Order: sequence, then C-alpha cells, then structure tokens
Amino acid sequence: MTAPAPGPVQASRLPGVAFIFKKALISALVALVLFSLMIGIRTEAGPTGQLIYWTRFGDLAAMVATVFGGSIVVELLRQWWGPVGTVRIVPPSVQSTLAVARRAIAPILLIFTFLVPVIFYDQRYILDLGILVLTYVMLGWGLNVVVGLAGLLDLGYVAFYAVGAYSYALLSTNFGLSFWVCLPLAGILAAFWGVLLGFPVLRLRGDYLAIVTLAFGEIIRLVIINWQSLTGGPNGVSGIPRPSFFGIPLTPGDDGLAAKLGIEFSTTHRIVFLFYLILALALLTNWVTIRLRRLPIGRAWEALREDEVACRALGINTTTTKLTAFATGAMFGGFAGAFFATRQGFISPESFTFQESALVLAIVVLGGMGSQLGVALAALTMIGGFELFRGFDQYRMLVFGLAMVLLMIWRPRGLIGHRAPTVFLRHSQAISSELAREGRG
Amino acid sequence: MDYFAQQLINGIVLGSIYGLIAIGYTMVYGIVGMINFAHGDIFMIGGFIALISFLILVSIGLTVVPVILLIVLLVSMAITALYGWTVERIAYRPLRHSFRLAPMLSAIGMSFVLTNYSQIAQGARVKPVPPIITGGYTLHEGSEGFVVRLSNVQIIVVITTVVLLAIFTWLVSRTRLGRDMRACEQDQTMAALLGVDVDRTISMTFVIGAALAAVAGMMYLLYYGLVDFFMGFVAGIKAFTAAVLGGIGSLPGAMLGGLLIGLIETLWSAYFSVEYKDVAAFSILIVVLIFLPTGLLGRPEVEKV
Repeated sequence: MTAPAPGPVQASRLPGVAFIFKKALISALVALVLFSLMIGIRTEAGPTGQLIYWTRFGDLAAMVATVFGGSIVVELLRQWWGPVGTVRIVPPSVQSTLAVARRAIAPILLIFTFLVPVIFYDQRYILDLGILVLTYVMLGWGLNVVVGLAGLLDLGYVAFYAVGAYSYALLSTNFGLSFWVCLPLAGILAAFWGVLLGFPVLRLRGDYLAIVTLAFGEIIRLVIINWQSLTGGPNGVSGIPRPSFFGIPLTPGDDGLAAKLGIEFSTTHRIVFLFYLILALALLTNWVTIRLRRLPIGRAWEALREDEVACRALGINTTTTKLTAFATGAMFGGFAGAFFATRQGFISPESFTFQESALVLAIVVLGGMGSQLGVALAALTMIGGFELFRGFDQYRMLVFGLAMVLLMIWRPRGLIGHRAPTVFLRHSQAISSELAREGRG
Repeated sequence: MDYFAQQLINGIVLGSIYGLIAIGYTMVYGIVGMINFAHGDIFMIGGFIALISFLILVSIGLTVVPVILLIVLLVSMAITALYGWTVERIAYRPLRHSFRLAPMLSAIGMSFVLTNYSQIAQGARVKPVPPIITGGYTLHEGSEGFVVRLSNVQIIVVITTVVLLAIFTWLVSRTRLGRDMRACEQDQTMAALLGVDVDRTISMTFVIGAALAAVAGMMYLLYYGLVDFFMGFVAGIKAFTAAVLGGIGSLPGAMLGGLLIGLIETLWSAYFSVEYKDVAAFSILIVVLIFLPTGLLGRPEVEKV
C-alpha cells in the first residue's frame, strides 16, 4: 500500500535515518514482548516432577538486539534494492549466455550423476547421500505431476510413499515376493489409494483439498502405528530383503553376482546398484512426465492448473483429469516408497510424518512448480543443505520453515524456474472491443 | 447411562476448547480466504505462555487462585495476540495478492517455525503442572458405584467459553470493528473505497483469533495439566475440522462444530478405541467435505469468473 511510486520523485520519498531507526525500535519492542516469556524464562520438569524455571535474560537481550540490528539491515537493503516488482533489464548478451547455460545444465548434470559411482567409488558417504538426493528427486518429480502440472496442493504425499514402502515390506517379509515383483505392485497399490482418496475429494477447492490430503496422510500414519498385528506398529518392519540384480542376489556366496562375474565381492556393489536403481526410477518418472505432458491428458492438467472454470467450460471432465494426476503422482510415490524400504531394510511410521510431505512439497515449490530441472536442483539444494546443517539438528526445521516463508515472499513462483504451459497459440489474437461486443470474441 | 452422561460432560468441555480455536480459523478464512495453518501453533504458544506466567505468579508468592487465573488469562491473551499479529505481518500480508497457493505454503512454513521455536526455547519434554483448580460436584451416584462428576475446571472452561463467545458475538455484530470485518469479508476493494482500513481490520482479525486461541491454550493447560511443543498440530487440524463442519466463515458454526467434534472424539474413545480417535476426527473432516462442503451453518460458495 505504501510502496513508493517509481520515477524521478523516488529520491525525495526515500525514508530517512529517523524513520529506519523508529521502525527498528518498534520491531525490537515487539520482539521483546514476544520473546519475554518464551526465551527469557526456561521451564523444565524438575527431578521430583515439579516444574522449575530459570531465567535467561542474556539470551533475551541478544535476541532483541539481533532483531533490532536485523531490522535496520533489512530496511537498508530494501532501500538499496528498490521497490519490489520493478522490472530489471538484463543485457541481451548476458541473456543469451544464460540461455545457453540453461540448456547445457541438464545434460551435464545427468552425465555427472551417471559418473558419480565411478568417481566416488570409495566414498560410501557420498554414494549414500547421492541415493538420498535421488530419492527426493524422484519424490519431487512424482509430486510435481500433482502440484506442478495439475495445480492440486497435496499435503499428504507421504501417505503414498508409506503405502509403497509398506506394500513392499509386508509382501516380501510375509510372502517372500521379490523386489521386482513388488515394485509394480507397490506402484499400483499406491495409485489405488490415490484414486480411493481422490475420487470423493477432488471436487474440492484448492485449500480444502490441501487439508483433506493432510488428514489422509495422518490417517494412514495413525493406522500404521495402531494396526500392530499387520504393520508392527511403532516398531516398524525389519528384515526387509535387499534387492537382487534381476534375480541374482548381491551376496558374497557362490550364486552371487560377484561370483558369477568373476570379480571380488564388495559391499559397495550393492550401494552402486541401489544408486543406479534409484537413478533409473527417477529418470523413468521424468520420462513419463515429459511424455504425458504432450498427451491430451497432460495438456488438460496444465489447463486445469491455469484455470479450472475455463476447463469446465471447455468440456474437460475436471474430476477424471484430477484423478489421473493424483493417481500418477501416487504411483511414483509408491515406487519411491518400495525403493526406500529395500534400501533401508527397516521401516517405521517415523519416516512418514507430515514433515516429509512438507519437505517434498518445498522441493517442488522451490524448483518452480512444474519445471523438471528446477525440482532436481531444488532437491539437491535442500538435501545438501540439510546435510550441511547436520551439526545444528535442532535448528534445521526452524531454518526450513523460515526459508519457506521467505521464499514465498520473495519468489512465490519458485527459485529456479517456472514452467509455462507446454502449448499455447502461436500468435495471440488481439480482439477489439467492437468485435467482442458483436459476439465474435 | 451414567457413563454416557460423564462422557457427554467431558465431550462438551473438550468441544469448547476446539470451538475457541475454530473461531480463529473461521474468521481468518472468512476475511482473507486462506487457511491459517499456523493457528494450531498459536494455540500451543498460548498454552506455553499461560504456563510460564502461572509459574512466575506462583513463585512470587501469589496464592489467590482467581487473581492468578485472571492475570494469566490476560497476559497470555495479550502476548499470544501479539504473536498472531506478527505472524500476519511477516508471513501473510506481503502475500495478499500473490498466487493462490502462496499464503498456504507460507503458513505451513510459519507453523514449522513456531513449533520448532518453542521446542528450542522450552525443550522437547512435556511440561506438567499440578492441578490448579481442584474439587467439583458429584451429580449422580450410579447403582454400580459409577459416579458422574462435574469438576470445577470443567465448569470454568465452559463458562469462560460462553462468556468469551458472548463478548465476541457482540464485537462482531455491534461494533465498528465488527462492521469493518464483515465489510472486508464481502468486498475488500469496496470496503477500502468506503474508508475502511483493510490492513488494520485484517490485522485485528488475526489478533482476536490469536487471543481466543490463547484462551483455548490456557483452558487446555488447566484441563489436562500439561503442554508440549507439538500439541498445536493435531489440535489445529481438529479445530479446522470443527470450523469446516460448522460451516467455514460462520461464528456460531465454529462453536457448534467444535462441540460436535469434541463429543464425537470423546464418545469414540469411550465406546470404540482410544487409539483411533484421531483417525475418527480426521475421517469426519473428509466425510463432511464430501457430503456437506458448506458445513452445517455455512453459506454455499458461488464460484465466479
């Protein structure tokens, strides 16, 4: 409301030192009240069960001072950066370089990913991290179908991940089915649950849908925790079989892959195999998404994201369209879940909390909702960032939440890219008001 | 029968707490059209502030229970209201004209911030308090020795809720602020043209919602005798369910929905299984949205192009 108008008058509108100081003082005062009890006083259950408390006025003062200083810095930055929303002109030469870099980055990244197990063969940590990142890339791409392409906010995506993981875990431990049989089954079951949930609720509007999917995710988790006879409850399922190389086990025995190939056995083989497995699954997700985007159904998804009312007016069955998006996304979630179960060898409801859903959603949003490359880069940034913050475990989710808020304020359409609809008319037709009045528009 | 009567009492008390939280959801949804995902955490913060101020008051030697309760109520309402205001100012106001998923995602981020902030500031362990209000009345003594009891805490929770609801209904229907709120709810641009300060009105909505959530937090503390940093999540979803059940945007609806959810949850725990009580509450949300998307007392939403 009070943003200064652009133009020559801007200089005189710049707030002075007094203004900045006043604003920072108010912020500090607000912070003082907010933090007074929550940070200034620390409570804890004492040895006898009685609550005790002690004061932390030093921390309180530090926090208030930080807010005061931060507020001044933010205000100065805002002045230096100018009002948000103005168009910044990038010189054409820089633009073309950026475009080239943009086109080159995907193949380079892909080749590098293929080479990771070769380059870092001895570094188990990097391989494990790579597998983790790729799992989230796959989850991100799967959710991207729902959120990015069809524009449906799904806060319970982890439910399908859980369905996939538990499908594989239970089928293999109870019936001895192999990974390769269970993988499609896990996908189908997850998709089935997606349809089951989607069918009744997809008529809902955006935020209602979000809450219902969230509730659904929680229901699945609570059922897993409480249905102890089937799922083992909070103890989870352990002893989940490791995957085999299309039937050949990756064990040191005589019938193992190493013996058959005549090479020395190493546990790294399995890690490398898992790495390529998740890479293949992720690329499958990507490929299917890209192909689907060119089919009528994919175009209907994108149209739905842009304008639901217009879609309905054009005769697109919005319920079926949403349902297919939901089922497709859920299926990939199920695949990823089955992979997760076989990699960990142990799963418990702890792995399928709302935080996980929010993390995958954040990856999709950060990646720019619909951009495949963006999602991959976002997964790399997020999971890599989490690893960097490993020492500050308790601050991790705090920083994550703050980042999400700031991201929405700063770049609501995503950091890395934004995917425009795949197809649109070659030339936009200008319709004059007279034609429109005659009913020709 | 006695057992049922006892559960009914418990359900109404729980429902009052949900109803108080649900009002915050329903008001914010009515005026800005977004689900304030962080509202459950505001309730949790309210509980914590009530706990801390209570501890301080007791340790400085105050012993008159009504005075303590009044001060705790006012302090937690004031500080929590400021939390509500700050959250709106930081996370929602800059996004008012952004694309439609943005406020929701920002709210989820804010919810994480608040949950983890109180975990870091106050530790992850459950904070118990000794019962502050004791005593009660025996309403009926059954033949098998089952006693229907109405404790003083329960009476206080229900009375506080009713009083606050009365004050609040008066505020919305009779004051300038209430009129501004209803105007903004209908058409923000028109309201602004007619001299309503839209920004201020929306801020006030958040402040009032947070204050009521603080009351709910304090009632929760009194009733259950404990708070922990994670209690806002589930309570928040249930209160949202209550708001949807009653018809989002409708104040009496939120209270009615809260009571129904409280009753359903208590009766479900009493007659079916405690483990699945949250599943029952969440399932109700899904069922209501499918068969009764406008809720019990809500107005049908007309989608316009």
